[in-house]
Amino acid sequence: MPIDIDVAKVARLARLALDPEELERLQGQLGAILEHAARVQALPTEGVPPTSHPLPMVNAFRPDEVRPPLAREAVLSQAPDEAGGYFRVPPILEQG
Amino acid sequence: MSDPADLTIGAAGRALRSGDLSAAELTEAVLQRAAITESHLHAYLVLDQDGARAAAAAADAALARGEDRGPLHGIPVALKDNMVTRGLETTCSSQILAGYVPPYDATVVDRLRAAGAVITGKTNLDEFAMGSSTENSAYGPTRNPWDTDRVPGGSSGGAAAVVAAGSALAALGSDTGGSIRQPAALCGVVGVKPTYGLVSRYGLVAFASSLDQIGPITRNVADAADLLAVIAGYDPDDATSYRGDLPAMAGSLDAGPDGLRVGVVEELSGEGIDPEVLAGFRGAVEALAESGATIEELSLPAAGYGLSAYYLIAPAEASANLARFDGVRYGLRVDGATTEEMMARTRADGFGPEVQRRILLGTYALSAGYYDAFYGQAQKVRTLIADEFARAFERVDVLVSPTSPTTAFRLGDRTDDPLAMYLSDVCAVPANLAGIPAASVPVGLDERGLPIGFQVMAPALGEEVLFRAAAAVEALAGFRDRPALATSEVAA
Amino acid sequence: MTGWEAVIGLETHVELATRSKMFCRCPVSFGEDPNTVCCPTCLGLPGALPVPNETAIDYIIRIGLALDCTVEEHSLFHRKNYFYPDLPKNYQISQYDVPICVGGHLDIVMDGEHRRVGITRVHMEEDTGKSLHVGDSGRIHEAAGSLLDFNRSGVPLVEIVTEPDLRSPEEARTYARELQALILALGVSDARLEEGSMRFDANVSVRPAGSGDYGTRAEIKNMNSLRSLERAIAYEIDRQVKLVEGGGEVVQETRHWDEGDGRTHAMRSKEESEDYRYFQEPDLVPLHVDDAWRERVRASLPELPQARRARLEGLGIDAVAAATLVAGDGLAGMFEEAVAAGADPRAAANWLTGEVVAHLRRTDGDLAATGLEAGHLAELDAMVRDGKLSATAAKDVLAGVLAGEGSPAAVAEGRDLIQVTDTAALEAEVEAVLAANADAVSKIRDGDMKPVGFLVGQVMKATGGKADPRQVSELVRAKAAGG
Ligand SMILES: [Mg+2]
Ligand SMILES: [Zn+2]
Repeated sequence: MPIDIDVAKVARLARLALDPEELERLQGQLGAILEHAARVQALPTEGVPPTSHPLPMVNAFRPDEVRPPLAREAVLSQAPDEAGGYFRVPPILEQG
Repeated sequence: MSDPADLTIGAAGRALRSGDLSAAELTEAVLQRAAITESHLHAYLVLDQDGARAAAAAADAALARGEDRGPLHGIPVALKDNMVTRGLETTCSSQILAGYVPPYDATVVDRLRAAGAVITGKTNLDEFAMGSSTENSAYGPTRNPWDTDRVPGGSSGGAAAVVAAGSALAALGSDTGGSIRQPAALCGVVGVKPTYGLVSRYGLVAFASSLDQIGPITRNVADAADLLAVIAGYDPDDATSYRGDLPAMAGSLDAGPDGLRVGVVEELSGEGIDPEVLAGFRGAVEALAESGATIEELSLPAAGYGLSAYYLIAPAEASANLARFDGVRYGLRVDGATTEEMMARTRADGFGPEVQRRILLGTYALSAGYYDAFYGQAQKVRTLIADEFARAFERVDVLVSPTSPTTAFRLGDRTDDPLAMYLSDVCAVPANLAGIPAASVPVGLDERGLPIGFQVMAPALGEEVLFRAAAAVEALAGFRDRPALATSEVAA
Repeated sequence: MTGWEAVIGLETHVELATRSKMFCRCPVSFGEDPNTVCCPTCLGLPGALPVPNETAIDYIIRIGLALDCTVEEHSLFHRKNYFYPDLPKNYQISQYDVPICVGGHLDIVMDGEHRRVGITRVHMEEDTGKSLHVGDSGRIHEAAGSLLDFNRSGVPLVEIVTEPDLRSPEEARTYARELQALILALGVSDARLEEGSMRFDANVSVRPAGSGDYGTRAEIKNMNSLRSLERAIAYEIDRQVKLVEGGGEVVQETRHWDEGDGRTHAMRSKEESEDYRYFQEPDLVPLHVDDAWRERVRASLPELPQARRARLEGLGIDAVAAATLVAGDGLAGMFEEAVAAGADPRAAANWLTGEVVAHLRRTDGDLAATGLEAGHLAELDAMVRDGKLSATAAKDVLAGVLAGEGSPAAVAEGRDLIQVTDTAALEAEVEAVLAANADAVSKIRDGDMKPVGFLVGQVMKATGGKADPRQVSELVRAKAAGG
């Protein structure tokens, strides 16, 4: 049976401003997809380690060497808004 | 000589070196073909005619100097538009990257240029590679060259379509859960997803980092081996790229099927597969058996859970990978009174419905209280699937199945039913979860004249045997058909 | 706040002084123009990938070993997901359930007592960019907008988390100073609080004295000096005690220290901020630190403040003096040189921790800038031992040396502080004083020794304090008795 999820809360977490109708529609769709996905819970996995990476690799590093950074023009060339060499955004509500 | 746009990489290379053909002529033929087919297909988002002509001229000049950069020298190759290209718009078919011009080239792009390839442009895809039909493109769908009422598959639908139609000799696609193999199958071309880590992901706009792999889409298996040999190899800019010796891609291309141990994956070759597709697949298996391959029916129960695990793991990684699109540094911004509002509006307007679905799915699967039951469990099932494949490869050289449960379906057929759309990747996703290489080879047409794809899977770093088996299937099937759109009568 | 006990834990972020950033090859450099030290990776551009800086891993292992942590053989990078405009990817690459270093401690000296502060974990992460709030009245939500600079984005950051072992603002400050000294000794960071290359967050709660359980804690941010760290914690303890005593309840929240009004203010909390959706970073592979690597780093460790303190105490000075010397910039080094040059350890330590530290505080200059050299202390000590200088005169001489008036000999000459040891001259002074104080002399002759002190004082006055008091009193007794 479809899984009931708090789409509004998830949308807030995901920073998506969705209106009630969209939330309504997604509720059903996501519920159905999750019902199918939840089949993984049918498999016994006691003692099975999770796989985050398909190939067993460790310690991929680079030496502590510098490379010239991008020119500021390139950094800011795609900025939706900038001022004095900075990216500019509207006031930040939440403190960091 | 037939239209150069229809040549394989191998044939074009011979013509270039014999002097029968110049890179400039080849590129013109391809651009001409695109001029005709694009109005029907919309496979390219950006057709870089000037860039292609300049690269072709440079390739000719180099050859004239006796400078031969190898099999890709002077060959027109298209790029799926989720690989960044310096100075050339890269949108991933998303509104949120409308007009975005990257300041750097993906590693595969560097390698193609260094190999003398001619980059023709950027091809259409499902937004951020999320989809199986290329209908999820903010810039309109791509159509299938075999039947323009039907989809080319996806997410590398544009790439598969240009190779089938002749508006490029080859293309690079990306495959996270079948996105190279399924469109290759639906467009009647060859598509290969290499072993995870074999090809650098630096500059590939990430969908699901632990599953994404760039691979070749070509007109035959030999071309795919040559193209993969050019783009594969360790990249210090990708911490997940493989540092060991590369497989000899084309090493056993001509070894044939005799003595090859082939395992048919029951879970991927029965229930839910269209009868005509199944018939085409079984026919190819028969042919292998008749020419000396040993066939074993294998049951991989966990592989049957691949799609479920995939639709937790891929969205979870995507939910983080796509968080950077926030209207702050590049791309679309929809204004808001606060930064928080600006970000949420930008993402709501900039991402299409499928991308939003997956972001929400992944955010949920990772969120407090659900992680263990969903994402965590999927990661364990992933282990079971990988182990199962490893055990199977102790008994057989390659595993086979149909690539896609159906041939090309009609535009709009599955757009309202996400789950039905997801099911078209049921045969493809296990290879991504296990990180192993897999290829799709066309083996025939169904009654509607639509191509049927045959999937070969090999052990990690087993590209040599993968290409051997794929070449054997290709030779036995003798598939030579081209889509109507590509045949010069219609084209002219 | 009698009857109450404070429980304090510190989280310290330290920016590593590597050449390049944590996951990209941009240089680590400060004070550059905004957005001039960025690349696709530290800007979070589409397609860019992180590759870890091996030297940064060496550095964090150094820190872990110096704090007596267990260096885990296997550890992982995770993604910490939260949206904030100075975080380019909107997730921070950090470490979660398997950090690289766990379970260590740092020993500090509080009022002469050795105290052990538990270290829960030391983990590796990346720094964020900087946001500048313009049209600013200080209150971020009143800002007209914010400006973003990503030069700092991706600078290697080490987070050091203590157990809730600290009990007072002073103790927290002492721990912070000790940790700073350790980081500097390790040479892995310039550890400047003002520049933010070392940053402290404090978890503060209060409970009835003697109670075993913990009260609700508040997290205090934005303290950019040891002093503000101490003040902020003191304020917060006071606030919580008053709150609870007034029948109120402490709420778990993040509070912002305002240097201006000397208070902590509740910050508008991040929505869902508790749900970071950590998961293993798929762009990176696991860390594996084998014995060889760990021991190679261990072998490269310099002498640590704790060991150095122990060594100084071994020279016969107390814990407080040793702590002061090791904590101060250059003091311990000069102390060791002075002792090597023959100075008495106690005398050298007293001068350095007394007059010298006082002078440095007064002028808030550094030792190198004064005229004082290690040899001077040995010279000064010799002069005292040879009776050339009284203890008081020695302090004046030292002041002169610090002021740059030259060597102790020169200063003693210049300030005319050399003791008179010439007996003849002294006898004349003594006889003059005795002559002028006949009845005092007669008392002494009658066996009443009380006036001796008075007569010695008179002689010292007459010699302008340059005589050796011992010698004077001997002469007084002899001559008074002799008659
Ligand atoms: Mg931190
Ligand atoms: Zn950078």
